[in-house]
Amino acid sequence: MLYRFAPAAAAVLVAIVLPIAGTPYLIDVGTLVLVYVILGLGLNVVVGYAGLLDLGYAAFFAIGAYTTALLMVDYHWPFWVTLPVAALLTALSGIIIGTPTLRLRSDYLAIVTLGFGEIVRIAATNLTFTGGPEGVYGIPHPRIGMFVLRSPQAMYVLAMAFALLVLVGSYNLARSRLGRAWLAIREDEAAAQAAGIYPVYFKLMAYVLGAVFAGAAGSFFAVKLTAINPSSFTFIQSVTILMVIILGGMGSLPGVILGAAVIVMLPEALRAFDQVRMFAFGIGLIALMLIRPQGLWPSRIGQIERRVVAASAASIAAGTGADTVASTE
Amino acid sequence: MQIALQQLVNGLTVGAFYALIALGYTMVYGIIRLINFAHGDIYAVGAFLGLSVYGLLAFFRVGDPVLATLVALVVSMGCTGLLGVLLYRVAYRPLLRARLSILISAIGGSLTLEYGLFLVYSPSFLVYPHLFGRAGLTAGDIQISWLQILIFASSIVLMAALYLMVHRTKIGMAMRALAINQDAARLMGVDVSRVIALTFFLGSVLAAFAGVLTGLYYSQISFLMGFLIGLKAFTAAVLGGIGNIPGAVLGGFLLGILESLAAGYFSSRWKDVVAFAILIVILVVRPRGLLGERVVERM
Repeated sequence: MLYRFAPAAAAVLVAIVLPIAGTPYLIDVGTLVLVYVILGLGLNVVVGYAGLLDLGYAAFFAIGAYTTALLMVDYHWPFWVTLPVAALLTALSGIIIGTPTLRLRSDYLAIVTLGFGEIVRIAATNLTFTGGPEGVYGIPHPRIGMFVLRSPQAMYVLAMAFALLVLVGSYNLARSRLGRAWLAIREDEAAAQAAGIYPVYFKLMAYVLGAVFAGAAGSFFAVKLTAINPSSFTFIQSVTILMVIILGGMGSLPGVILGAAVIVMLPEALRAFDQVRMFAFGIGLIALMLIRPQGLWPSRIGQIERRVVAASAASIAAGTGADTVASTE
Repeated sequence: MQIALQQLVNGLTVGAFYALIALGYTMVYGIIRLINFAHGDIYAVGAFLGLSVYGLLAFFRVGDPVLATLVALVVSMGCTGLLGVLLYRVAYRPLLRARLSILISAIGGSLTLEYGLFLVYSPSFLVYPHLFGRAGLTAGDIQISWLQILIFASSIVLMAALYLMVHRTKIGMAMRALAINQDAARLMGVDVSRVIALTFFLGSVLAAFAGVLTGLYYSQISFLMGFLIGLKAFTAAVLGGIGNIPGAVLGGFLLGILESLAAGYFSSRWKDVVAFAILIVILVVRPRGLLGERVVERM
């Protein structure tokens, strides 16, 4: 029992001690980890829960960031009011891009999302109201009443609040009716359909929820950096987020946190490594798929499901299938 | 009208590149249902290997541009073809039954090739030898360079050869059989893994051919050159009907022309958006593409 709780306890301890005892640099790194935790959890809903490969996830991150940045800089909206707008816009773009493609074989979704990600980046670079290649700068700090959230500690706490909210949301989603429908579709779409689950609707839900999570991360990212430009929202960004969840283990919440920590801190720890980072990512992706496709900290739900399936398959083979299937219902 | 005709000429040239690359996507997708994300980067590797051969030949003072280009093409096509097979053996073959894993592995392959080129060659643009100049035919205000004619004609020859191979030879029959039903093909004595490897080889050879010619045409190459063109070539394959060889050719030329017209009449900065918009529209309106007979599996 201890070995299962020790890593979680250590993570909580680090998360609490960091803003109190850490240097501003360390706190900023911690904040960045939290941003990737939010992004990872969002993409995890799409890829991990629903089994849809999204290669343009950074597009939603960008839409969230640009919405907050432009509303705050050009229209002087308070940060908190831009959040629902960002959520609405990302959800809307998720519906627009998801509705036509989710009805097709899911490989098509991968390539369409890749194209969508590029369209958003090219648009942000070419349009004038997004500030072109320079992007948007001078984004104000968020404030609560008279208190301006400016210090690294304050931003860290804000990021933590976002991350915890998304974490609890993800946890509950996985156990909800939605989560079970996603699991069923991911494991066997035909069987899920036979059980009365309409796949397109549930896939769209996953895709849109994932988009909204990324939008929230983008809003935070804008006020954290106070300046954004298209170079933060490239295909490489999408791959980096994907790497977070693949490394940790698709569908696994502790895995996403672990993945985010590794992906952010590895390049920070090894600055010289930067030149070969993307090359190592590539080799790493292939190696992970070949050696450990379930990730470093795999989802326990998946394991339990597999065990149940294996058990019922074994009992069917033994001729007692009917009882076991009934008892697992 | 002149703009339209000139853009038509340019579009046919770019379209030839798209078509050559789209063939690799469509053959691999037709046989193992994989979007080979690394295919665009295979094309980039072909361009870089061609540049290396030109460099070597210049070092040994082989001055004849036609001979140099022939050697560069053959060496680059051969090596890139083998690289394609290696990629299949290492990154795809163990994962043929795992749908999501193989796609992620393909992205890994793409990054590995891109940043392999980055590390081995250069992070910036490299200049290709300027062998053929801009000379050519002129009709009114429309210019067609000899290089454009060469690109168009040689691409057509290669595509025809591929078509004949797939439809007239025994190995081509094995490829078509695999595309229909892998298990049945295996039972009929087809060496499945070998035929898939051959498919990767052929696709990579065509991509390398396109790579070297692109280098000559645009006279500069970069390690990321395969990313965008790979996406567009895939779009071309979908446009023509994925899995269909004449479809990939048609889709490639059509996309090249549409894109050039858009660049001529609107702004070239938005050119790249045209391709993706076409992809999305095609998937909504007619997912099986222009020539695709089979209805796309809805799963």
